[in-house]
Amino acid sequence: MRVKVFVTPRKGILDPQGRAVEHALKSLGFDGVSGVHVGRYIVLDVEARSPDEASAAVRRMCDQLLANPLIEDYRFEVEPG
Amino acid sequence: MKWGVVTFPGSLDDRDTLYALRDVMGQDAVPLWHKDEALGGADCVVLPGGFSYGDYLRCGAIARFSPIMKSIARFAADGGLVMGICNGFQILCEAHLLPGALTRNRSLSFICERVTLRVENSNTPFTRAARAGELWRIPIKHGEGLYVAPDDELRNMEERGQVILRYVASDGRESEAANLNGSTRAVAGVANERFNVFGLMPHPEHAVEPMLGGVDGRRIFESIIESAR
Repeated sequence: MRVKVFVTPRKGILDPQGRAVEHALKSLGFDGVSGVHVGRYIVLDVEARSPDEASAAVRRMCDQLLANPLIEDYRFEVEPG
Repeated sequence: MKWGVVTFPGSLDDRDTLYALRDVMGQDAVPLWHKDEALGGADCVVLPGGFSYGDYLRCGAIARFSPIMKSIARFAADGGLVMGICNGFQILCEAHLLPGALTRNRSLSFICERVTLRVENSNTPFTRAARAGELWRIPIKHGEGLYVAPDDELRNMEERGQVILRYVASDGRESEAANLNGSTRAVAGVANERFNVFGLMPHPEHAVEPMLGGVDGRRIFESIIESAR
């Protein structure tokens, strides 16, 4: 089962990368841009009998390795089929 | 006393640390490999700087699962002294042996500079030889050294004296400009609650001979030697 994991800087934590990208976009003339954050996108193929089983496994993977809960938030999508 | 210096794939400062300990401080120090499980009878284990596992995913996130880290966690739980320098500090945070996390410098640039550190707590095994408020000139060289911890946790850490080193101006005053990486509350080095695990971004092993531009890094090694007596 294919799972897509999105890891982003935790809200309230300084995100200098997001800020730098936002400044760069503004300097290109994209004035209406705000709240830019830069994160990580991880794709996994997980052997599981059901989406629930895959979700449970991926949540453990995120908590233990893929994200650092002190500085990052994560969410993921399990692709059907 | 005996020292162990761990080499992970991608460690850089393991040899410099061994040199500082053996050749400068006259200590008995053994190299340890990340796949080792024994710690070579060390009284203090040092996790050196570098880019373990290429800093993939997050700095220190993969090294944390090296076989030797299980032994180091047990050693620390038994009260053994553990010091993480730079990448070693990042690994100790990822392993939850130290509170907090290290993330991208505020400037987004890699910083290689000699900085001034103030000893905030001299009643620890790592700063015992110093006076409180003593100023050290020690280099930093990192891209991800901005220290972060939840507000309430950092406040508790400060009350308990776990913030051992802070970045300050050369006259010892706190200054936003002197906090080059943008660390929360200018934190440069922290200990665990039990004060036997210590992590810092600056490199004491690069400040042990006048030829290197200063000898203040010796103060940390001297403190640990004194504590082990």
